[in-house]
Amino acid sequence: MEIYKKKDRYSRNFNTITREEQSCLAKARVSIIGLGGLGGGVCEMLARVGVGNLTLIDGDCFDFTNLNRQLLSREDLMGTPKAKAAQDRIHAINSEIAVTSIPKYADDTNLYDLIKKSDLAIDCLDTIDSRFILQKAARKAAIPVVSGAIAGVSGHVTVFFPKDSGYELIYGKKSQDRSRGVETITGNISYCAMAVAALQSSECIKILLNRGDILRNKLMIIDLWTNTFEVMDLISFP
Amino acid sequence: MIQINIRLFVTLSKYLSSEDGLLNIKEDTTVEMLIDRLGIPVNSVKLIFVNGNKQDKTYCLKHNDRLGLFPPVGGG
Repeated sequence: MEIYKKKDRYSRNFNTITREEQSCLAKARVSIIGLGGLGGGVCEMLARVGVGNLTLIDGDCFDFTNLNRQLLSREDLMGTPKAKAAQDRIHAINSEIAVTSIPKYADDTNLYDLIKKSDLAIDCLDTIDSRFILQKAARKAAIPVVSGAIAGVSGHVTVFFPKDSGYELIYGKKSQDRSRGVETITGNISYCAMAVAALQSSECIKILLNRGDILRNKLMIIDLWTNTFEVMDLISFP
Repeated sequence: MIQINIRLFVTLSKYLSSEDGLLNIKEDTTVEMLIDRLGIPVNSVKLIFVNGNKQDKTYCLKHNDRLGLFPPVGGG
């Protein structure tokens, strides 16, 4: 059974991903910050594709308002820490993955230490302020960030590396920011969260494998009412 | 007059009555002037894209420009 399992687990990844690339993913270390609508989907997809080392960070517990969209939430998990639910889900999908579960909110005092050994961080946070905290920690750790944000059935995805301008290109100077966007008005719909989580997972794999077109300093905007999928340049050249 | 194609996203979409997104505007209209003309609170626009490139509100619109306005989005 064990031999059968190891032999076949990734057979349907091949040859979209080569065996050498699969080995590369098995060694990769990725931090997922925020385990709600985006983070739950990213956990699921990275576990299935075979990213070998995942650090999961969120201090929140599930409540009934999460059930409309958050993949990891279930009626029997109300009150359960999201970090624990994510760890259990990943173990159930892929026991070969090493999971570090951190049931704490990311803040200025802890985030650098939590992500510093990672190759990459995935921003699945739900406030603009916390995204700037992640940016600061990721710059210090010298790792890239894959960022996603959603409101209603719209969202956007981008990638920035440590020396890039990062969130300033999207949200302006930190001091100008409100902590939340229009998602406080629109709420968030399940399939949009999963769509953006899928795009974040794709960017993560491309960075880890150094392959394909990466959304570095570009913003992919999606709007599912109008079937809009557009890539915008965040840095304009005259 | 010039014609532009405008897309308003998420909560901004209610400010556009044109179903096809085509809008006739005077020459030398800036994005800021258009935002004001459409009655959009200026602080509710976070991202401005023209022909796929980020621009600021002082950009002077040209014939056949594709303009997209996006509010702040931060949900996860």
